[in-house]
Amino acid sequence: MKVLGSTWDWLADPAHWSGDDGVWHRLLQHLLLTVVCLIVSCLIALPVALVLGHLGKGGALAVNISNVGRAVPTFAVLVLLLLTPVGKWGEGPTVVALVLFAVPPLLTNAYVGMREVDRGVVQAARGMGMTGRQTLTRVEVPLALPMILNGVRIAAVQLVATATIAALAGGGGLGRIITAGFNLASTPQVVAGAILVAVFALLVEGVFEVVERLGPAWARAGR
Amino acid sequence: MTAAPDDCLARNEWICGDYLSTRRQILLDAVGQHLELTALSVLIGLVIAVPLAVLARRWGWAAGPVLAVTTVLYTIPSLAMFSLLLPVYGLSATLVVAGLVLYSLTLLVRNILAGLRAVPEETRQAARGLGFGPVRLLLTVELPLALPAAMAGLRIATVSAVSLVTIGAIVGFGGLGNLIYAGMNTYFKAQVLTASVLCVLIAVAADLLLLGVQWLLTPWARKGRT
Repeated sequence: MKVLGSTWDWLADPAHWSGDDGVWHRLLQHLLLTVVCLIVSCLIALPVALVLGHLGKGGALAVNISNVGRAVPTFAVLVLLLLTPVGKWGEGPTVVALVLFAVPPLLTNAYVGMREVDRGVVQAARGMGMTGRQTLTRVEVPLALPMILNGVRIAAVQLVATATIAALAGGGGLGRIITAGFNLASTPQVVAGAILVAVFALLVEGVFEVVERLGPAWARAGR
Repeated sequence: MTAAPDDCLARNEWICGDYLSTRRQILLDAVGQHLELTALSVLIGLVIAVPLAVLARRWGWAAGPVLAVTTVLYTIPSLAMFSLLLPVYGLSATLVVAGLVLYSLTLLVRNILAGLRAVPEETRQAARGLGFGPVRLLLTVELPLALPAAMAGLRIATVSAVSLVTIGAIVGFGGLGNLIYAGMNTYFKAQVLTASVLCVLIAVAADLLLLGVQWLLTPWARKGRT
């Protein structure tokens, strides 16, 4: 209980919210990193997944890459990147590591979603005279959308988590509040930082929940 | 004055045989701690997850809350999870294990429950018709049939735990993560690369081991295949 009280005091102190090490600045960094990396990851993963899914090729490869990715410790990759020339460009290691870990779930989910589209529906579209491109954009992608969105959601939550770990390797973001707390041996700051990160991660998850609920009607029908 | 030794350690190369031979004991200790933390957390996770999944299966209303709570726990980033548990466990190995248990719970409960739900109703009725009580039904029919799904969850949980242990370096109990952390601060390339590669090797070995266990535990899945 004593810890809760002192954590509250830490959070209530306006001095901890302003400046370069303050909560607002770290939150903005975290959000910016997450959003930029999510966009970059989507731009890399989705076109590849949609084309592979449309052609029905390379699926095993996508799934395997995804599984191998799970075995590689994020922290190890961050530190390895930090010691290479990438480490010299500021947030470089964080961005590269984040994108590296967000691409596999995006790729796998979008690919599986594309392959799960009813073959009969695709054939009907072709029978009606749609070209390959039209089938892809008007039939397959809309039907695969729930799975694609699910992949984006997994990737987003993972990006928030990885951006937190990046602080251990000198990156920015909310994790910095936690690592700084450890360096100062300040339990209230560590716990306050952890609460801020947890709330932020849950908020991101919640936003996606809402987006999926508000999504197109066919996206909801399957659940 | 003697000249500095001209070996790969002095040149700070990524791949260095001398590192392996001179730091052998340090590496073995780190691997030992890594394995211990992983095994302990997955085992404790399993001991908690099985009853939770069985209860959620038996009482349908319990499934929603159990899944919701474990999923929310999974959303919290690992660094934050370890930090949130800090006031409870202090800077200890227990802190790392507790955090990892919470993570493995989501994957385990979800998969065991899916496995239990996938047991066909006819199979359960047939067992009941043969006079099986609820306990015998669970132990000899439902749980074995849920094994493949449960093992899939266990494999993912174990591989994830191996990689998450490294974050434990923040409190000094991160197995190979400790070496990565120390290597980062001293710019010691061979140490960072060696420890990272060992992490991946442990994850792959653990996955293969569990795959072998599954093969041994589910003889019926092997029969009938040509």
